[in-house]
Amino acid sequence: MTDITTRPADGGAGGATLSLRTFAPAIFLAPAVLLLAVYLLYPLVDSFRLSLLDWNGLGSDARFVGLDNWKKLASDTLFWEAAWNNILLAVFSVVVQMPIALILAVVLDNAGKGSRILKILYFLPLLMSSVALGVLFKYFYDVTFGPLNALLDFVGLGYLAQDWLGDTRFSLGAVIAVVCWQYIPFYMVLFMAGLASFPAEISEAAKLDGASETTIFWKMKLPHLKGTMRTAIVLSVIGALRYFDLIYVMTGGGPEGSSELMATYMYRNVFSSFQLGYGSTVASGMFIVVILIASVLLRFSKRYETEV
Amino acid sequence: MASSPVARVTGRVAVPVLGLFWLAVTTVPFLFMVMTSFKSQQESFSSSVWALPEALDFVNYESVLNGPFLTYFKNSVMVVVISVVLIMLISAMAAFAFARMRFRFNEALFGLIVAGMIVPIHITLVPIYLMTRQMGLYDSQFALIGPYVATSLPISVFILTEFMRQIPKELEEAARLDGCGPFAIFFKVFLPLSGPGLSTIAIYNGIMLWNEFIFAYVLTSSTGTRTLPLAIWDYQGQYTSNIPAILTVVTLTSLPLVVAYAFGQEKIVKGMMAGSLKG
Repeated sequence: MTDITTRPADGGAGGATLSLRTFAPAIFLAPAVLLLAVYLLYPLVDSFRLSLLDWNGLGSDARFVGLDNWKKLASDTLFWEAAWNNILLAVFSVVVQMPIALILAVVLDNAGKGSRILKILYFLPLLMSSVALGVLFKYFYDVTFGPLNALLDFVGLGYLAQDWLGDTRFSLGAVIAVVCWQYIPFYMVLFMAGLASFPAEISEAAKLDGASETTIFWKMKLPHLKGTMRTAIVLSVIGALRYFDLIYVMTGGGPEGSSELMATYMYRNVFSSFQLGYGSTVASGMFIVVILIASVLLRFSKRYETEV
Repeated sequence: MASSPVARVTGRVAVPVLGLFWLAVTTVPFLFMVMTSFKSQQESFSSSVWALPEALDFVNYESVLNGPFLTYFKNSVMVVVISVVLIMLISAMAAFAFARMRFRFNEALFGLIVAGMIVPIHITLVPIYLMTRQMGLYDSQFALIGPYVATSLPISVFILTEFMRQIPKELEEAARLDGCGPFAIFFKVFLPLSGPGLSTIAIYNGIMLWNEFIFAYVLTSSTGTRTLPLAIWDYQGQYTSNIPAILTVVTLTSLPLVVAYAFGQEKIVKGMMAGSLKG
């Protein structure tokens, strides 16, 4: 790269300085590399090692079972259903969040004075922890005491009231709605930044040529947002593939696995059924699925790292 | 375009309507939360959910604050402050090396660290759990610091490296001519000039870690060591049917960030958007 310092060939530096310079990168990198090795790289490798064991995690009776867990994983419909739910979450995240976020970005772009305060208020859900939101929405959806059903009742749609989290038909959708509710403002701000970077001179010039605001938006501003949009999609898909907290808190993956994700399934295997070996297989399987999908996705959006 | 008057009218109507609609969508759950926190348990069962509380009664707040809530709060502050300080220092050091030093594998190592952003932390959970037990750190606040710092490093190193690459080379040259070695250059030139980058990563990681759940849930188990997100979880387990009390805890745990937000919205929004690399 061009921006690496070119050091003048100063032979004048003493021996001590010279060796200091040789080792300096190592010294500056050591803490980061060490921590990442211990808390990221080692666990990654160790997870694959554990995936070959039959072990409840407590005693010393771990038994090496080779690829048995992996064979089990390959035919474990619960895991693949969970993976499918991750994909549904990813697809709906994109399909629901992107258009709404874009509409809101355009709305705020035209809202004049009110836009600042609206943006600030819209952003609030992003400050909440997913546990806080999970618990809040668990009560929000509650079949008897929940305000959602009360609201439906109030507007005369009482027949639509449901046991949102307790019904296998609705649980995943109900949770996805909360995910969208929380993250739409994030993408909105991203799109606002994209819109703001559209050169004003160009839209002025287009207006002089008789183009309407609508035309400018569809023909010029929207294409200008392509890169931002790609970043947004990558982020939301990768986020969806490793989602955990909110679903764990709201449904625990249930009822009957209807809202199970790969991460909640892994958690259940390890910390509820105490199948530490198989749980690690699930975790490693999840890692492979995430890396595969992420690398395909990143290939399609090379701008990922240059954005922001 | 001929339709422009029509479009202008739709715009004039649609903008406030949509703007206020989403405002309602955003605030209704919060309204429910705060309103319910002022109700008694009795009231929450008998009256309508959307009825205003009978009185502005702080009983729930009092009883929550008299419980172990402040211990959770204290633990959160301690863990987050220590972690964020370490993240800033360690990632700044690494970023300095990546941005300004020439060594073998510079780009390869940088790429490897940045790739760490994609790794789902859940795969590290079981090994870190076992490791923490072995180290004797299980159920201590210090168990969280290692994983917190490590998982925050990839994005922080990335942001700071980009930032430090923008710092003019002349400043570094001048310092070198003054006889400064790499350490002096780092501490006297780069660290002070990286203020905005450092504050971005402090805000971003501070908020993420303040809200972190899964590591805290797995690596600690008692009230004395757990952090705020776990307060919600523990209260929820204890008082399943006391909805007002639980929503009081939810309100209280969200309050610190909301207060911080009231003081620096722009900075916090910007800091959170730095996470648009991570999602």
